[in-house]
Amino acid sequence: MKRLAQIEKSYLRDDLPQFSSGDTVRVHVKIKEGDKERIQVFQGTVTSRRGGGTNATFTVRKVSSGIGVERVFPLHSPNIAKIERVRAGQVRRKKLYYLRELTGKSARIKEQITDLEKGNNNKKAEGQVKGDTGEESSEEKE
Amino acid sequence: MKEILGKKLGTTRIFMDSGEAVSATVIQAGPCPVVLKKTQDNDGYNAYQVGFGARRKKLVNKPTAGHFAKAGVDPTHYVREITSEGDLEIGSELKVGIFKVGERVDVTGISRGLGFAGGMKRHGFSGANKTHGQSDRWRAPGSIGQSSYPSRVFKGLKMAGRMGKDRTTVLNLEIVKIIEEENLMLVKGSVPGFKGSLVKIRSTNRS
Repeated sequence: MKRLAQIEKSYLRDDLPQFSSGDTVRVHVKIKEGDKERIQVFQGTVTSRRGGGTNATFTVRKVSSGIGVERVFPLHSPNIAKIERVRAGQVRRKKLYYLRELTGKSARIKEQITDLEKGNNNKKAEGQVKGDTGEESSEEKE
Repeated sequence: MKEILGKKLGTTRIFMDSGEAVSATVIQAGPCPVVLKKTQDNDGYNAYQVGFGARRKKLVNKPTAGHFAKAGVDPTHYVREITSEGDLEIGSELKVGIFKVGERVDVTGISRGLGFAGGMKRHGFSGANKTHGQSDRWRAPGSIGQSSYPSRVFKGLKMAGRMGKDRTTVLNLEIVKIIEEENLMLVKGSVPGFKGSLVKIRSTNRS
């Protein structure tokens, strides 16, 4: 088992941000057309994360022109150019399959406000805290 | 024909340069010291006897120890015969480096023993309805023959029985990665046997 983990380790990516179910992410996917390569962005809510090692995948759900679209990405795939975490969501379970039955207002996910953003954590640099809270409040207005 | 002995370590998923994800079996292939050379003149056929895997000194009896000492190699757990394209010297080691990434190989091993298995698992029978008045029959094999003629069940009829633990060869597997320092080889797809079981890898003639 140890050997397998070592082999897998060389394929794992460490340049990806931390994110979990409920977060809104922008996934930059490399798409090959003939010999050309371009990047397509898929933005949506993470509804599931599963698997470990190179086998790990995550599911992103978005509603595109009224139709729900879900895509499953291998987390460590070299075809993913970048993952951006746009918004942290506050959810009470890890698999958000219930979103499939919901539309409109009920399908919203509450934004997670961390201690850091509330300003409760005094140990962190103050400038960073201010910057963060400013960003969050402006987003809440949207 | 190139051949080497190996140990199945398990399966995983790796990514190719193209971004494609493939399931791969990790095999520890070699090093295999050459213990004996069998020749046409002496034995009636050409082959090499090679060893694989470490073996505790305490567990080697004197005749075996002498056999290995003659070749000047440490006693190994397994001893098998293989064929080889080129000439191999007694005492030299076969390593995973004889294979290259992208080559195709056949892998032979003993498949996992599944015990006494029914017709559905062992031969892919379809079983029967669970409903429509049936009871206790949904995994049954169905009819096994005719009536007063022939009044017997034909030999070799597919029925329940011991499944697996057969010598099995999987043909034409692609080598996706080789790690020479650790004697590891990754082939695309699955390979017979439990984790830790002995497998024989040979270059294929199927591609």
